[in-house]
Formats: sequence, structure tokens, C-alpha cells
Amino acid sequence: MNFGVIITALLVLLLLGYFIGRKRSVTLSKERSQKLHSLPQYYGYLIAFWSSVPALFILLFWAALESSFITSAIVTQLPMHLQQLSVDEIGLFINEIINLSNSALIVEDEVKRQAVSRYNELIEFSASIKSAVVFILAFVSMFVALSFIKPEMKARNLVERLIRWAMIGCASIAVLTTIGIIFSVIFESIIFFKTVNVFDFLFGTHWSPQEAIREDQIGGSGSFGALPLFVGTLLISFIALVIAVPLGLMSAIYLSEYSSPGFRSFAKPVLEMLAGIPTVVYGFFAALTVAPFIRDLGESLNLSLSSESALAAGIVMGVMIIPFVSSLSDDVISAVPQSMCDGSYAMGATKSETIKQVIIPAALPGIVSGVLLAASRAIGETMIVVMAAGLSANLTFNPLEAVTTVTVQMVTLLTGDQEFDSAKTLAAFALGLGLFLTTLVLNIISLYVVRKYREQYE
Amino acid sequence: MNKNTTEIIKLKLAKRYAKEKRFKLYGISAIAVSIAFLLSLLINISVTGLPAFQQTYINIEVDIDSKLLKLDSQYSEQELFRANYSKVVKQSLKAMFPGVKGRKQKRALRQLVSKSAIYQLRDFVIDNPSVIDTKQSLWFLARDDVDVFMKGGIDRSLPESDRRLKDFQLVWVDKLLSENRLEKRFNVSFFTEDDSREPEQAGIKGAMIGSLLTMLVTMLLSFPIGVSTAIYLEEFAPKNNKWVDLIEININNLAAVPSIVFGLLGLAVFIGLFGVPRSVPLIGGLVLTLMTLPTIIITSRAALKAVPPSIREAALALGASRVQTTFHHVVPAAMPGILTGTIIGMAQALGETAPLLMIGMVAFIADVPQGITDPSTVLPVQIYLWSDSPERAFTERTSAAIMVLLGFLIVMNFLAVIMRKKFEKKW
Amino acid sequence: MIDIEKREEFDIEIDKTVGKPFIDDAKFSTRNVDVFYDDKQAIFDANIDIGKNQIIAMIGPSGCGKSTFLRCLNRMNDTIQGCHISGDIKLDNEDIYHKHQDPVLLRARVGMVFQKPNPFPKSIYDNVAYGAKLHGLASNKIELDELVEKSLIRAGLFKEVKDSLHKPGTGLSGGQQQRLCIARTIAIDPEVILMDEPTSALDPIATAVIEELMIDLSKKYTIAIVTHSMQQAARVSQRTAYFHMGHLVEVNDTNTVFTNPEHQLTENYITGRFG
Ligand SMILES: Nc1ncnc2c1ncn2[C@@H]1O[C@H](COP(=O)(O)OP(=O)(O)OP(=O)(O)O)[C@@H](O)[C@H]1O
Ligand SMILES: [Mg+2]
Repeated sequence: MNFGVIITALLVLLLLGYFIGRKRSVTLSKERSQKLHSLPQYYGYLIAFWSSVPALFILLFWAALESSFITSAIVTQLPMHLQQLSVDEIGLFINEIINLSNSALIVEDEVKRQAVSRYNELIEFSASIKSAVVFILAFVSMFVALSFIKPEMKARNLVERLIRWAMIGCASIAVLTTIGIIFSVIFESIIFFKTVNVFDFLFGTHWSPQEAIREDQIGGSGSFGALPLFVGTLLISFIALVIAVPLGLMSAIYLSEYSSPGFRSFAKPVLEMLAGIPTVVYGFFAALTVAPFIRDLGESLNLSLSSESALAAGIVMGVMIIPFVSSLSDDVISAVPQSMCDGSYAMGATKSETIKQVIIPAALPGIVSGVLLAASRAIGETMIVVMAAGLSANLTFNPLEAVTTVTVQMVTLLTGDQEFDSAKTLAAFALGLGLFLTTLVLNIISLYVVRKYREQYE
Repeated sequence: MNKNTTEIIKLKLAKRYAKEKRFKLYGISAIAVSIAFLLSLLINISVTGLPAFQQTYINIEVDIDSKLLKLDSQYSEQELFRANYSKVVKQSLKAMFPGVKGRKQKRALRQLVSKSAIYQLRDFVIDNPSVIDTKQSLWFLARDDVDVFMKGGIDRSLPESDRRLKDFQLVWVDKLLSENRLEKRFNVSFFTEDDSREPEQAGIKGAMIGSLLTMLVTMLLSFPIGVSTAIYLEEFAPKNNKWVDLIEININNLAAVPSIVFGLLGLAVFIGLFGVPRSVPLIGGLVLTLMTLPTIIITSRAALKAVPPSIREAALALGASRVQTTFHHVVPAAMPGILTGTIIGMAQALGETAPLLMIGMVAFIADVPQGITDPSTVLPVQIYLWSDSPERAFTERTSAAIMVLLGFLIVMNFLAVIMRKKFEKKW
Repeated sequence: MIDIEKREEFDIEIDKTVGKPFIDDAKFSTRNVDVFYDDKQAIFDANIDIGKNQIIAMIGPSGCGKSTFLRCLNRMNDTIQGCHISGDIKLDNEDIYHKHQDPVLLRARVGMVFQKPNPFPKSIYDNVAYGAKLHGLASNKIELDELVEKSLIRAGLFKEVKDSLHKPGTGLSGGQQQRLCIARTIAIDPEVILMDEPTSALDPIATAVIEELMIDLSKKYTIAIVTHSMQQAARVSQRTAYFHMGHLVEVNDTNTVFTNPEHQLTENYITGRFG
């Protein structure tokens, strides 16, 4: 029985449980001529829950672990020379076995044929045990739950408690996600830093993970001095902010202080559209149009530009975060109390003087926190730089040269066929750890600043 | 105020007003720059992408000779399937251009039509076995170079060495044109075919289905989880509870974590730990769920907050429990707002690329996925993959795929706007 | 009971402003002023003169349009969308709503102090120097320092803040903040100062300080003050105007208004039978 069928069966059981529970409560109350504590459907909900949810969890759990168990079971039965292969090669072998067992082809190789038949056996075995366990559990818990039903049982309270716990569970997923992120980057990073010195990683100036530096290196991997990546990331983010902050701020100021309602209702959605465009589209545009344009422009000015200059990626990224900056600025500008502006106008200040001398200073903490959030956005942005910034790890502050960024290298290191534990993939996790921590710090500072700012005007 | 002060102020006024004007100009230019950028992006994409919705076809007199096909008078179905259609196509082309000599030219001649011509012919013959040993006039997909030429992408005035089509090929194309054997038609196959290495055969069906499946997973998970979380935090969560505070901090922070980091999570946990295969919609959906949850939670909370307390009080006063009040009265009232938030989150997820690259959805996949555990790709990743290909015809298709993606996003945002309008009307 | 009284109020005719709205030595004079917020009329046909170097108090129940009227006098209403004004308002016989009149210049001549102290998010020094810097009134740092000191002294704040001139103005107490706002207003040497309930957020001691200040300032400036405290009006002002639901009901010497009001509505208000 496959997964889908079991799920469907459990859903049927859920419905069935509902009706049985309902019926049973009504019958019981009639038999004992005792009033039900809650409406009959609550008894139905209870039975429905017990008849399918625990079984469902077991099913999911099983499905999550099944493949790794089966794989290891096959591996232990393989001839010695195959068992001694690297993790990666074994993975490939297993993949082949799975593909073979799915296809109708006749397998010639003896070892493989055995493995395939073993795989098929295991799958079948697992499937039958799985469905047996799941259904036995479903029925047992349903009948146990049924036996507990009494008219005086506070079914509604129980159901509501279940709902509450389910909601708490959902809410806790946010925390689990954070924990998951932290653990997944930290574990791999620790392994990485066992082979590469933290200091070399942070301050090394040579980044070339693809090539071996020493002949005798096993599983040869290159050098991991990430400084050029950090500098490249900062350079591009800086260019992006230089574009986005003035443009976003001025747009917000114009829209909230100067524009007519008609123009605002047109311009605001247009700005928001910039935020809705997927980054892969920006990346394509940057690579296809902006970068060549900038290169041609540079050539006409006799500047030597690489076709994948930091400038092109930075500019496009800047435009991408304009709406972000402008909507955050809009919020903080409109939070500046009107009375303060009135004070300035009453002194004979013009609008721009009031904006520059009163509104912006008053909104500054909020604007700063918006800029921090925008910076964290820019640092973590991936597709634009992957498509437009290139791979050459130059340690340079020159925006006309090609640089690479942390995110670009993460993508490069993790796409393509990699074994999971090579220094290269581990390096990607170390970069991810750095990225996560940087953005985390930026976010926390900015949330803190914004909270302080709100308190000031409340 | 003495007259003196007034005079001083008056003297400087002109300058101050000039500054005011300049400042206003900066503001309007900032908006103009953004709008100009948006327009140039959209126009650029449309101009490059629109031609991809048309495709060039070539008409060929095909002599479906059973000898060329290597078929006896009695043939099995299998033999018919494996017959030498490639030879038939080759010979038919030769017959149309009798003067062609030399290996290079012969190969070039064959390359007027797409490789798919062979399969098209095969399917045609299998469906109509009676055409064997007759001559048929058939339309085949043209090769991408011919297609690019037909769309004006190849400049005749360039020196021959700089052109994808050489002089002798241009002569053929001209001949075909004069005989009305070249035609541009609406590119149906762009929507009905999967990815291919040959640009003229590549379509987005596989990617669209992959996106659909991924979105389905995302939707089915993130909507209930996100809404339950929002309801809990807004309606039930105790104040000043450490766990609740922790949850709120986490949600706010996750909203700003770079999407690529979610990809790392997916790679390490779902693939590394649970051993789920790579590049499947299930994992893509899981990762995108975690990524969109903060958006959905935050907007749903705002929607719940906007429900006037009178609704809660009225229901509670009638003796409903908190749970009943919430689910029977508050949540339905907030539903339009919640749906708006969900649509916005889905739109975000639909355009997301980076985390999917992390979990390996970048592999070339030429099959339409049948379920959420089949390897597949999604629209934005398809765009990324195609954008890497140097062929002009792929650039065109990339833009066209972007247009399709933007089309979906526009529809979704439009829905969100309608929802919001409806929501605003209520109170 | 209250309802009946209120109904009586409506029956009382508000035809023309009673008392002595017009005087000879007028700084401001308004004629037939109507103010609308979108379609809603907030001021009906206000005719009044405001005398030079005098304090005029404006009283009336909440929402009667005192603030609205005050804000017309320095065109602060221009900043509110949907606010229209018709009629004549003349400052020194110049129409301030004439199209060649510059609101920036006007507001420099007619300063305003608000109900809630609203210092700028700047240092005390910069708060006071704000207007002078804007209008270019001081040609160098020494002049500016002098101007700031002089204004703070006139506002009676200098002693308290002279050691903390570069601390933020928002750090002062409410009463000090309000005096800071007065100081920054007089720093640009206006001709008229409008005060909209300047002491309503302050305690009695701070109020007394400000009232003294007003009386002192009135030697040099023309002052219009909106207040809810009739005692305050009686203490500081020479003339008093009573507003009722957008109508200017009665204007007269303060003494006359409080001892011998001409209009029934005025009497109701000052005897506490209304509001
Ligand atoms: N910005 C505005 N938009 C629309 N209507 C307004 C606005 N400001 C005031 N009003 C209306 O104009 C009328 C007069 O208001 P105004 O603020 O002048 O009253 P007030 O006499 O100052 O009252 P208070 O003593 O409470 O300050 C009120 O009915 C008020 O609702
Ligand atoms: Mg008022």
C-alpha cells in the first residue's frame, strides 16, 4: 500500500470516527437517560482525532526514516569491495539501484541484481509493516477513546484543549525553525573549522575552494580565505544602499508630504511592484541589460570595466530595495507627530526646511533601523549577485571590477554534484553561519531601535 | 518686529523658495527613477520575450519511402517505431535542395529542421500507417538559428564569419521563403513541452507543474500553520509569557532572515537528516513554507487585530466559549485579510529561487513531475537555468518565461487587492 | 434638565457680534471670515479687530472654533487639506490671504505657541536658534549666541538652562518646554504672538510664570490667546472674545465681558451654565 492510499484511508477513518463518536454519545445518553455534557459533535471530534492523528504521526515518522534504514540495510549486505567505497560513491550506487528497481529493465550485473531484489523486498516489507502498524494503532486508539466516552465527559473542554495545544504547536514552529537553522549551520561549520582555521577563514585573502593547494592533500580542497567574499558582499551592498537609501527616502518624503492623493494612489502601487518582482528577474535584467549597458558606458568614458562589475549588480539590487526603504521610511515619517511640524511651520519654515530640519531628525532612529534592515536584505540577496556579479574572488573596493559575494559562493559550492561532507559543502555552511549571524545582529539592532523610537512617540 | 527684520527675511526668500523647488524636484525624480527603471525592465523583458511566443515552422515535401525507412512489407509495431525516420527527413531535404555538396553543407542542411522533426514524423506515421510510400507535405519545427533569423535576429549585412547562418544557408532560407515554406505560428509547444537542450523544443510545462506542486505543498502547510499561529498569538496567548515572547521574537526575526539560509536548513535537515531525495516539490514546499510563515502570520495577526472587539464581546456574552467565539465569529470576520496575507506570501514563494537552488532543484529535468516526490524544477529556477544558456533563442525563452511568471504574480496580487478592498468595505 | 437648557441655547439668535468688536488702533482686522473644513463650516462670519500691543483672550466651549480662528491669523490652516477660508483678514492693513502675500514671511511676523509644548528634536540652543538660522537673521556665531541668550532671558528660561544649552530640548519639564517654545518664537522678533491654550498642559506654578511672561511680552508684542480658563483670561487680557459654535458672539473689554456680558450666551458661559 503506498503513502497516498494510507493517507486516504486515515482520512476516511477520521470521518468514520466522527460519526461513530457522535452516535455513541447520543446512544449512551439515551441508554443511561443522562444529559450529555457537550453537544454530540464534540464527542465526534474527539474520536475522529484519536482514530487518525496518532497514526498519522507514526506514518510520517516512518516515512521520514524509512529510506535511510533501507539504504544502510542494503549497504551491509554488499560485497566488501563495494562497502569500502566513499560515501559519495555508495550514494550513487544506491541511487542506481533505486532507479533500476523502478524501471522494468533487466539487470545483468549479479551484485546489482541482488541488491535490486533486496531493495524491492525491503520496500515491500517496510510497506506492509508500515500499513499494519498504522492501522492497528489507528483502530486501537479509536476503540480506547470510544471506551472512555461517557455522557458526563467534558468533551467540549477536551476538544478545546486539543485545539489550543495544536495552536501552540503551530506557533512553536517558528522557534523550531530558528533552532533548526542554528543547528544545521553550526554542526557543519564546526566540522569545517576542524580542518580550516577560523582565523584563516575570516581573514585569509585567498579564496579558491576548487583547486588543491598541496599535492598530498586527500580529497584535495583549495584555500578558504573568505575575506574577498566579505569585502565583495560589503561593496555590492554598499552600492545598493547608496542607490536605495536616497531614492527610497526621497520617494517616501515626496509621497507623504508633497504629492496629491491622486498621484500617490498611482505611484505607491508602482513602487510596490518593484518589491513584488522576483529577484531572479532582476538578476536576468542585470546580466542581460544593465551590465552591458554599464560596460559600454564605461568604455565610452575610457574606463576599463569587467562585464560582471560590482556596479551593475549593486545598482539593480539598489533598485530592488527602494520600495523596502521607502515603505519603512513612510511608516516612520508618518509617526512624527504633526504638532512638531506645526511648530516648524509656525516659525516660518518652508516645507523642505521643516522636512530637513525637523521631520528627518525626529524620524532618524526609525530611518536608521530601516536602513539596517535594508542592509541585511542586501547582504542576504542571492539571485541578483549570482547572475550578475560573477565568481572571481577579487579583494578590491573598486566597483568597476568583478567581485564575488558570500551568497554567490554558497550557491556555487552547493549546486552541482557534491558529496555532503566535503570541505566545499562545509565551507558553504560556514559562510551561511556568517550570513545568518550578520543579518541576525542587524535585525536585532534594528528592531531594538525601532521599538525605542515607537516608545518615544507613544 | 522692526521693519529691518522683515527686510532681511524678504531678501533671502527667493533663495529659500528655489531650494524648496529643488527639494521637491529631487523627490519627484526619485520616484521617476524608480518608475523608469520598472518600465525599462518590463519593456526590455517584453521586447525580448514576445518573439518567443511565436515559432518558425518549415514545410517539407516528405517522401515516406518504405525502403528508406527500412521497413518490409510486413512490419511489427516495434519495427515501425524504430524505423529510420531520420534518413527520410534527410533525403527529403536533399531532394528539395539538389545542389548541396560536401559534408559540412549536408549537415547544415539537416539542421534546418529541429531534431524533433524525426519524432514528429514517427508519430505521424504510426498514427497513419497508410501514408507509407506516399509523399506528404508536412510542417516541422525549424532549428533555432532559422527561427532567430525569421524573427530578425540575424543581420545579413554582417560579415559571414560573424553570423550564425552562413551565406549558403541564407540562400536556402530565401528559397524556402519564396516558396512559402517558412511560417511563424503561435508557439503552443512553449506551454506544452518540458525543458530541452534544444531551444526550439524547450517549454515550461514541467516547470509550471513543478511550481504548481510546490505551491500546493506550501499552501497546504503554511496556511493552516500560519493562521493557527496568528490566532493563538492574537486571541489566546497569555501576556508576559516567556515562551510567547520567544515565539514573537523568532517570527519577527525569521521575517528578515535571508531566504538562502532557509535553503541551508532544507539541505541539512530534510535532505541530510531525513534523507528525502533532492530537488522534489515536497522539500521545496517545506522550505518555502518555513520562509513564508512569518509573512502569513504577521498579516493574519493584523487582520485579526482589526476585528472590532464588539464582535468578540457579543459572542462571549451569548455564552460562547473563547474557542467558539474565535472560530465562529472572529476568524470568519478576519478571513479576507488573512487570505490577502496568504496570497501575498504565496506570491513571494512563487518567485523565490535561492533556497530552491540550495536543495538541488537546479538539475536539468526533462520529465513532467507526476507527484510531489518526483524530481522537478520550478518556474524561477527554470528562468535561472535558461538565463545561463548562451543561445539567443534561450534568452528569448527566458524572457518569455519571466513574462509568464510575472503574469501569475500580477493575477495573484490583483486577487489580493480585491480581497483587501472587500476587507476595507466591511468596517 | 440639561437637555432643555441646551435646546434654549439653540433658540437664542446669534445675529451679529455684540459688544465692541472694532477698535481704532488695530493690528489685525478680520471681516466676514468663514472657514470650512471640506463641507463643514467651522467659523461663521467673524468680524473683529485685534489691538496693537494688547492681549486679547478668546474663550468659548470646546469645538467652537477658537483654534481654527487663531490658525487663520498666520495661515497655519494652509497646511490642513480641505480647509478653505473666505473673507478679509488684514495685518497692518495688508490682506494676508492676498496671492502676493507670502505665508513664510507672514508666519515669521505672526508667531504661534501651541497647546502642547512641541520643541524640536534638537538641543535647547538649536531650538531657539532655529528661526534665526532659517531666516538668516544672525550674520555670525556671536550674534546668534547673543540672540539665543536674549530670547531665553526674555522667556525667563535662561537661568535654568544656561549650563545645558546643548542638551536636547525634549529633556526639559513641560513648563520649561513651553517657555522654550515661547523663546524660540520671540527669537525671530515677531509682531504678533498667537497662543493656543499655552498653559493647559502645565501646573499652576508654571502657568503663573507664563502668564507673567505674557504680560511682560505684551509691552512689545500683540498677543492673542485662546484659553479655557476664565480666570486666566481675566488676569492677562485687556479684551475678550467669546466664540460659540463657530460664531463670534461677543467682543469687549475683559472687564465688561466678565462683569456685564451683553449676550445671553456669553452670560451662560461665564456663569458656568454651559459647557
Ligand atoms: N483638521 C480638521 N478637519 C476637520 N474638521 C476640523 C479640523 N480641525 C477642527 N475641525 C472642526 O472644526 C470645529 C472647530 O474646531 P477647533 O479646533 O477650532 O475648536 P476649539 O474651539 O479650538 O476647541 P478646543 O477648545 O477643544 O480646542 C470643530 O467642530 C472641529 O471638529
Ligand atoms: Mg483648540
